[in-house]
Amino acid sequence: MPAILEARNLVKHYGAIVAVDGVSFGVDAGTCFGLLGPNGAGKTTTVEMIEGILPATSGEVFYRGEPAGDRFRAEAGIQFQKTALQEFLTVRECLTLFRNLYPRGLSVDEVIRICALEKLEDRDNRKLSGGQQQRLLLAIALVNDPEILFLDEPTTGLDPQARHNFWDLVRAVKASNKTVILTTHYMEEAYFLCDRIAIMDHGRIIAMGSPLQLLQEHFEDVILEMPREDFTLDPSSVPFQLLAGSEQIEISTASVDATLRYLMDAGVSLKHLRIRPRNLEDLFLELTGKELRA
Amino acid sequence: MIRRMLAVWHARNVEFLRDRATLGWNILVPIGLVVALALIFGGPERPLFKVGVLHSGASIQTAMHPFLATHYIEFFTVSDETDAIRKVGRHQIDLLLDLRTTPRYWVNTDSPKGYVVEKLLLQSDPGLKREAVSGQAVRYVDWLLPGILGMNMMFSCLFGVGWVVVRYRKSGFLKRLRATPLRAIEFISAQVLSRLIIIMIVMVFVFWALSLVVHFRMEGSPLLLFLVALMGAISMIAIGLFIAARFSSEELASGILNAITWPMMLLSGVWFSLEGSANWLQWLAKIFPLTQMLDAARAIMLDGAGFAQIAPQLLYLAISGVLFMLLGAALFRWRAD
Repeated sequence: MPAILEARNLVKHYGAIVAVDGVSFGVDAGTCFGLLGPNGAGKTTTVEMIEGILPATSGEVFYRGEPAGDRFRAEAGIQFQKTALQEFLTVRECLTLFRNLYPRGLSVDEVIRICALEKLEDRDNRKLSGGQQQRLLLAIALVNDPEILFLDEPTTGLDPQARHNFWDLVRAVKASNKTVILTTHYMEEAYFLCDRIAIMDHGRIIAMGSPLQLLQEHFEDVILEMPREDFTLDPSSVPFQLLAGSEQIEISTASVDATLRYLMDAGVSLKHLRIRPRNLEDLFLELTGKELRA
Repeated sequence: MIRRMLAVWHARNVEFLRDRATLGWNILVPIGLVVALALIFGGPERPLFKVGVLHSGASIQTAMHPFLATHYIEFFTVSDETDAIRKVGRHQIDLLLDLRTTPRYWVNTDSPKGYVVEKLLLQSDPGLKREAVSGQAVRYVDWLLPGILGMNMMFSCLFGVGWVVVRYRKSGFLKRLRATPLRAIEFISAQVLSRLIIIMIVMVFVFWALSLVVHFRMEGSPLLLFLVALMGAISMIAIGLFIAARFSSEELASGILNAITWPMMLLSGVWFSLEGSANWLQWLAKIFPLTQMLDAARAIMLDGAGFAQIAPQLLYLAISGVLFMLLGAALFRWRAD
């Protein structure tokens, strides 16, 4: 099946600064694709070029095999990172405004139901909490019953509960066979929602694949974590790799048995030891040499 | 297309009408003007007649001439003969009496008050020499009223649209609209329409309220005046949109709007006529739509001009309105950069 959306060699220059440096990827219909990276990696610039909001310095975007145009605009739903709506309009009025800009779509009542805005529909949009505001923006992105939905860091700044609520909404949207393109700097979010991810840094994609596939490609090891005070050995003399930068001691090993045996023989307490698989944060650190939210 | 435009138009109206502070300001300013004008010009004129006197004494003495003993006439000293004669022509002085050498007087043959006061004068001194002046009365309030209303319209058009669009752009609302099938010309038309209807309703209301408290001159057709105001508003709103086409800084937009509104206010003849000033200045003033609108409005109100006489101004306003709207749409930028 051909990709519903394809970006080919997108480049964006701001004067001498190269914000996006040759990004290409394809997204299959009905999947969730995540662009992952730290702030300033070029994620938002990339999606805004795809959305047609920002002119690309060079490169092309194809929607259903054709250069993205009017059809794309009618079938795409977009949630920007930050959007102020018109002042003094209620939730329902905002939705009605946007609904009327599209030839077809869901009814306002339906998007209100999907995004659980029933109790807020008469409230001034400026008086919503962060999570409620994001739900309204998602509802606006859904009014045209889009085939493809763009979410640009939709949960940044939300508390954990609001974030999980939002994820449930996105999963419900995905379940109705929509294509979702998500940018985030939360690895957990990407892991939870995305079928495929592209990791970006300095305007380039440095790795792409399904989260599991990427982890398997890059890591054969697991991580043993323990508090620093429990680790009584000289870090320079141990026969395994210690990871830097964390408050905890993190031991990377492909052979858990041998490592545990070594630690027990050396008299290290394993009381607080935890074993965890490699995650996307580790992958990012591995690929770029820096922490994601540094 | 119409549906998208109406959606934006409706949302803008709701926003404007719910914004009590702005709404209040938009209605209070013209009402304040009504009250101020009424206070200044609406009161009863105390003396029945005003007679200027040119004389060589220190002050006016009844001994100078028997007419000066007449009651209910305000006699006052004038020194500038030319200016005083012009004022007679404008009905600002009912009669001018010259007692410096051979007594003589000037009277406006078109003025009813001049006629009456002349009769009184000739009763007391039948042999006086008469110098006739002609010209229709134009009170300052008649002159000023279209100017003030026009100025109020100008601010409302330029700032009301320009400022709002710049704010939308800065807040990212325009960027969000960009992601929909809405086109720039549809958005712009909706903004013009929303502001235009609001302004015309306010203007009609203020004009009506003014007609109750200040008895200003209205020689021509009110419908024609409405048409002039409508075309003027379209032209000035279009300029506001043109200015707001690209900026995303409210300070910058405000500076530029000020840079345009102030010269318009000073040079378009809101407060005083530019008759007699340098030619290039008068030509410059003609560029401003406010000048064209005021010229047409005054021609209708003061001289009873018909459609044919003000057609050039209407044409100018229409062309500039369309031109600036198209330019605004062509230059329009959704994003803040």
